[in-house]
Amino acid sequence: MPIQYYIYFCLALFSIGIIGVLTRKNAIIVFMCVELMLNAVNLLLVAFSKMHHGAALAANPATTAGVDGQLFVFFIMVVAAAEVSVGLAIIVMMYRNTHSVDINFLNRLKN
Amino acid sequence: MNTIQVLFFFLSVLAIFSAVMVLVSKNPVHSVLWLITVFFAISGHYILLNAQFLAIVNLIVYAGAIMVLFLFVIMLMNLNADSEPRKNLWMKLAGVISGGCFLMVLISLVRQTIELTGKTALMKEGNIGLIKNLGKALFTDFVIPFEISSVLFLSAMVGAVVIGKKD
Repeated sequence: MPIQYYIYFCLALFSIGIIGVLTRKNAIIVFMCVELMLNAVNLLLVAFSKMHHGAALAANPATTAGVDGQLFVFFIMVVAAAEVSVGLAIIVMMYRNTHSVDINFLNRLKN
Repeated sequence: MNTIQVLFFFLSVLAIFSAVMVLVSKNPVHSVLWLITVFFAISGHYILLNAQFLAIVNLIVYAGAIMVLFLFVIMLMNLNADSEPRKNLWMKLAGVISGGCFLMVLISLVRQTIELTGKTALMKEGNIGLIKNLGKALFTDFVIPFEISSVLFLSAMVGAVVIGKKD
C-alpha cells in the first residue's frame, strides 16, 4: 500500500481531532478529540516503521529496522493512559466546583 | 483491487465516518461509543500492517481501559444532550475553516514531496510487529524508558487521587 494513502488518512483523522478541539465546548469531548489525534499519529508511526522495515528487508533479510517506531507507539499509549487518568480527575474536580463541563469556565483559573 | 486494498479503504472510511460522528453527536455517551469504533478500525489497520502486538494493546488500553474511564466519568456526572453547552455558529464555522485549511496545507505539502513517491508500507509481511521481537528490543535497548514509565504511572496515580480527593 503506498505510504501516501496512510499519510492522507492520518491527516484526515488528525484534522477531525483539531476541528473537534476548536468547535466543541464540552471538556470531555475535547479530551476525546485529543485521544483521536494521538491515535492518528500512532497509526502514522506504525506505517512509517513498516515502510523502513520493507526498505531494509531487501538488503538484509534478518534486519529488525523499524522496531523503534513501534516501541514509540507503545510508549505513547503508556503516556496517554497516565494523561487520561489525571485529566479526567481534573475534569471531575472542575465539575464539582462549577456543576458544568463547559471549558469556558476554566478561564476563571486566572483569578 | 485485492483484499488488502478493499480492507484498507473499508477501515479508513469506517474510521473517518466514526470520527465525524464523535464530533456531531450531541450525547457524550454516543461520542464515546463512536470513538470506540474508531479505535477498532485503527486496530484493524495495525493488523493489516502485521503489528499484532500494537493491535491488541490498542484494543486493551484504549478501547478497554481509557474508554471505560470516560464512560464512568460521563455517567458519574449524569451528562446528556440537554446539558451540552451551546456555542455560537460563527465559532464553529471558524473552527471548521481553520481545521480545513490545516488539512489543505499538509495535503499539498505531502503531494509535493518527491522523497515519498514510490515508497510503500509493507503489508501483512515482516515480523517486527510480533511480541518476540518487540519484547527483545523493549528489554534491551528501551529498558530505561520502560522503567521510567512505571514511575510516571505511579505519579499519575498519586496525582489523580490527590486531585480527585474531596477536601
